[in-house]
Amino acid sequence: MKSPVFDYVRATSPQHVFKLLERHGDDARLLAGGQTLLATLNLRLSSPALLIDIGGLAGLRGISVQGGMLRIGALTTHVEIEESSQVAQHAPLLAMAAPHIAHRAIRNLGTIGGTLAYADPAAEWPACVLALGGTLVLQSSRGERRLAADDFFLGIYSTAMAADELLVAVELPCTAQGERQTFDELARRRGDYAVAGLAACARVDAHGDACRLHDVRLAFLSLGDRPQRARQAEAVLQSGPLTEARILDADAALRAELDPFADLTHSAAAKKQLAATLMRRAIKALSAPPAA
Amino acid sequence: MNTPTDHPTRRVSVIVNGTLFLREIECRKHLVDFLRDDCGMKGSHLGCEHGVCGACTVRLDGRIVRGCLVLAAMADGHSVETVETPAPSPRLRALQDAFIEHNALQCGYCTPGMLMAVLDLVERRPQANREQVREWISGNYCRCTGYHAIVDAVCAVLDQQRAGRFAANAVEARA
Amino acid sequence: MNHPTELPTRRDLGAELPAVTEDQRHIGVAIPREGVRRLTQGRGQFVDDIELPRLAHVVFWRSPVAHMRITRIGRSAAAALPGVIAVVTGPEIAAVCKPWVATLAHLAGIKSAPQYPLAMERATWQGEPVVAVVAETRAIAEDALALLEIDWEDLPAVLDTRTALDPDTPLIHPELGDNLCFERKLDTGGVDEAFARADAVVFEETYVFGRHTGVTLEPRCQIADWNPGDERLTVHHSFQAPHMMQDLYCRQFDLQESQVRVLCRDVGGSFGIKVHAYPDDFATVALSILLRRPVKFVADRIESFTSDIHAREHHIKARIAATKSGEIIAFEIDDLTGIGPYSMFPRTSGIEGNQVVNLTGGPYRHKHYRAALKVVFQNKTPTCQYRGVGHPIACAVTEALVDGVAMKLGIDPIAFRLANVIPDDAYPATGASGIKLEVLSHEACLREARQVCDYEALRREQSELRKRGVFRGIGVAALIELTNPSAAFYGVGGARIASQDGATLRLEPSGVLTVMSSVGEQGQGAEAIFAQIAADAVGVAIDHVRVITGDTDATPYGGGTWASRGAGIGGEAVLRAGLVLRANILATAAVILQREAGGMRVMRGAIHDADSGERLLDLAELGRIAYFRSDTLPKTFTPELMVTRHYAQRDYPFIFTNGVQVSHVEVDTDTGFVRLLKHWAVEDCGRVINPMLVDEQMRGAIVQGIGGALFEECLYDTDGTLRNGNMADYLVPMAAEMPDIVVSHVQSPTKSSLLGAKGAGEAGTAGAPGAVMNAINDALSPFGARVSSQPITPEKILRALGKI
Repeated sequence: MKSPVFDYVRATSPQHVFKLLERHGDDARLLAGGQTLLATLNLRLSSPALLIDIGGLAGLRGISVQGGMLRIGALTTHVEIEESSQVAQHAPLLAMAAPHIAHRAIRNLGTIGGTLAYADPAAEWPACVLALGGTLVLQSSRGERRLAADDFFLGIYSTAMAADELLVAVELPCTAQGERQTFDELARRRGDYAVAGLAACARVDAHGDACRLHDVRLAFLSLGDRPQRARQAEAVLQSGPLTEARILDADAALRAELDPFADLTHSAAAKKQLAATLMRRAIKALSAPPAA
Repeated sequence: MNTPTDHPTRRVSVIVNGTLFLREIECRKHLVDFLRDDCGMKGSHLGCEHGVCGACTVRLDGRIVRGCLVLAAMADGHSVETVETPAPSPRLRALQDAFIEHNALQCGYCTPGMLMAVLDLVERRPQANREQVREWISGNYCRCTGYHAIVDAVCAVLDQQRAGRFAANAVEARA
Repeated sequence: MNHPTELPTRRDLGAELPAVTEDQRHIGVAIPREGVRRLTQGRGQFVDDIELPRLAHVVFWRSPVAHMRITRIGRSAAAALPGVIAVVTGPEIAAVCKPWVATLAHLAGIKSAPQYPLAMERATWQGEPVVAVVAETRAIAEDALALLEIDWEDLPAVLDTRTALDPDTPLIHPELGDNLCFERKLDTGGVDEAFARADAVVFEETYVFGRHTGVTLEPRCQIADWNPGDERLTVHHSFQAPHMMQDLYCRQFDLQESQVRVLCRDVGGSFGIKVHAYPDDFATVALSILLRRPVKFVADRIESFTSDIHAREHHIKARIAATKSGEIIAFEIDDLTGIGPYSMFPRTSGIEGNQVVNLTGGPYRHKHYRAALKVVFQNKTPTCQYRGVGHPIACAVTEALVDGVAMKLGIDPIAFRLANVIPDDAYPATGASGIKLEVLSHEACLREARQVCDYEALRREQSELRKRGVFRGIGVAALIELTNPSAAFYGVGGARIASQDGATLRLEPSGVLTVMSSVGEQGQGAEAIFAQIAADAVGVAIDHVRVITGDTDATPYGGGTWASRGAGIGGEAVLRAGLVLRANILATAAVILQREAGGMRVMRGAIHDADSGERLLDLAELGRIAYFRSDTLPKTFTPELMVTRHYAQRDYPFIFTNGVQVSHVEVDTDTGFVRLLKHWAVEDCGRVINPMLVDEQMRGAIVQGIGGALFEECLYDTDGTLRNGNMADYLVPMAAEMPDIVVSHVQSPTKSSLLGAKGAGEAGTAGAPGAVMNAINDALSPFGARVSSQPITPEKILRALGKI
């Protein structure tokens, strides 16, 4: 399908963006990588009057480490994250998740800011940012605002961003000593939206045979209307040494706290089963002896 | 305010396969339609127009992209390559030959996009194994071949590359 | 780049059979297709690539609901949009194009209702075209679509095959009396007795197959170009059978054949989707006639999902009886299949079900068989022939039953099949359903399959891995596949679909060969194999052969490509014409050289002495003399260097092929996800013209079959609207999930032609769903769990395992 008519302008600065948003309001859309927006337009699912291309805003690019925080500019592409040595070192979860995002051609243009702002519950970055306890950095004509990931994702395609705000960066705490991260998702085909996925991290305390997990964070994607933490299961997992009994209890807690949506071919019961399987495998990955 | 009778346009300047094209196009026009309608290059194909099938895969500033998910306006000032390039690189020629040798195409509709995708792999992932090749092309739909022969063709060129075939025209493997 | 004919190491199956021409160098050899180099350079000529003066574009407003009565079409706003040329409705199109009814006389009792290009008072499926908007660009036409004001009244929809024939279900076409399109019963007799035998072991199961569709990467498209100046219609069509459409356009629009030219150049995938006559095809032609300018229709992907034909929606209760000593004695099936609101034109929507009846149990020796078929109308997208046509279903049902009863008997699946297939020396034979089988090789293929997959090693590994909680399965499927149809397929029913084809071979003055064939190319390599056959038949180098297909103005009259007939029928015509041309060349040489024709040979582009091998005259020189120096030839002799021959297969209703496939899978019993580890196919398509092309046909067909087995389904909502009509939600197989596929060849040539070639295009799709389902059930057998509904999703596997 051909998209409906719209106008196009290249923003030259964040201030330019704010002025345009103020003038056009709901008739304008921000165009970053365009990998979601342009598909939506080609399908005639929406008809904005104006696209504001923010791809030229240099201040929104770049990956840097400062003060124990990894700062990723909103316009950083998925491939840049996938291939960044800083990300590999300080937030390996993202490096593990990136190859699951669609396909190479999409990852070359799609941006982390676009994905976070769109808040598709099946997307990988929201769950990763939630698992890592990241902070979203927003800007508007009123200045800068910082929101914790826990407070950012409100529902399907819905975030706490105001209509006139621009997401400029996401900040993630660098991996701490002893912290392990793991990502996995189950999809019918490589690159598809996940049927269920899990971004998990924990601080691992391993002495001989015994293993204990602390600060467990389990963020599931594709189960509901937003990425969700499995707080009951987290609590069980970090409540004592990691025995088979504790894992079974965590499994039961997870099944009790989850209320997944069904999708076109998977029932809620199937999603629960998949989530429980992902959790078990994540625990195994987190508690495995470190690779050489 | 947008009304259907008002069609905003933009003058764009895009280098396509080495030639500069200066055109006035509707802002809503995507890159594939620009190539096909305004540059007379019919080699890039449309299979879905929502970014899933990969038939429209082209190179923008040296990176593969879905042509249907790029506006011609976004490509203004940038450079595009397709398999129609009059000066195919040695790797592209080797892939074209290998596709024929291994019968890695039948109807040919997915082929231009597929070739751009695998050219990218050969340049960036010289150590790719069979499974990694499959993963790399997992965003390019082919209904005719069942993929096996495509993987054979790509692996053959990777082998040639590892044996030094392109050394004389060495391209630094891109980071 | 090596010249293909100079590579002695190319795989050559031609040497395994007696040669069919002198100096046979190309037939049987895996020669790469130089003719597709242009496609690797983006220089194809697909319909959407064609630009014509004053070309207009049409889009269709299609019904968004399953069943509606149209009450108002407000078109003024749409028509007023700058760039819009016309907004046209059903009655206006009906004034130039007749309606049609898709029935055939040989499907006894089949009925359907008249159908028009655009809906008249009612739209009867989501996706039925109702209004045509023609504009200068597709984008403008789509803008105008949004301005149409269409009112309708929702009507109750028939959406469940199981209740379609209930008395209180509304009738889609009241004048037909019920929602039954076609029904058939077959009974050999002795079935109840067989099942009731004291020594009978019975296995029963119900199989469900989800409706799915072809998803050709190039969507359906055509340009209809009515030229009022010479009153001629030219249609550029992405299509498989140009002469069939030429005939239909003549009859629907009251034109003569001389007024209609259909061109099918590059076709971006077809698989049967593009061999049917769609209402929007006729609408586009009508618009060109009404507007007196060329009109292009290109379906976009979203509209393809609801307007391309669907296929394979079946619910089959089935059972098999075998004796305790391991002999299959009877099959029985009861098949309920749901089509659309109309039988599809012109081949009807009854054929698929009819073939399920004909083919179930096909490889086996049993004598007792009973089948019942009901084909019911629904308010869903119309269905029709799609690659394999009934075979994938018949094979999946047959092979699942065979595995099921083998398991009950404790007999290995391959051993059980070897003991029950029609033996290789028992031909010609007649199957229990009455199908006539010329020569098949089930035993040879089963033995080859067992060996090539190292079956014993797979079983040992399976056993070891089970102890470690890893569940792999091996699934076998034996299949038969009809190819090279005679006129028994369509012609006898009254369809003007040719079962014969022709080839014209012309030696050009420079000694190169032009081949014109009525069988077309959709990527499978028809043009390549015709070049190989022609080169050998005449005696020239293959790079001196050019093949032209897909033009009703230029080629002989024929049937086109479908039912795996291209190689066997089209190829035979090329061979026959080539052999006659060779003889004519020798006759001409005899006159030029004043020698006996019998003492000379045509070889490698020249006339040679048959005994000494001495090169006597190049074909280029012969051509020069024949065409330009007739003054040097005696008045009693005229060179005839252009020969046409036709061929129809008339020995059997169909020439059957056979094969065996083996699927190796691993099932993750915690998630229900299936990993396809590997796939083997042993195929017998008679004489193989080009092993590489057959391999690729097999692989592509197998992957398409896997699609239906695991991934693809058109999912309808309770209101009859399609929920997953886009490429993200309708899952076609992509590279990462597909296995490597090893293909082996057995050659049992057909005697119905000189060439001995049977068809190879569909067998892969026939066997893959059966092999994969059997493999999954084999993997699940330690749990006593089975799946019998395709596509086999993780949901279904988890349910079978009792995990949810």
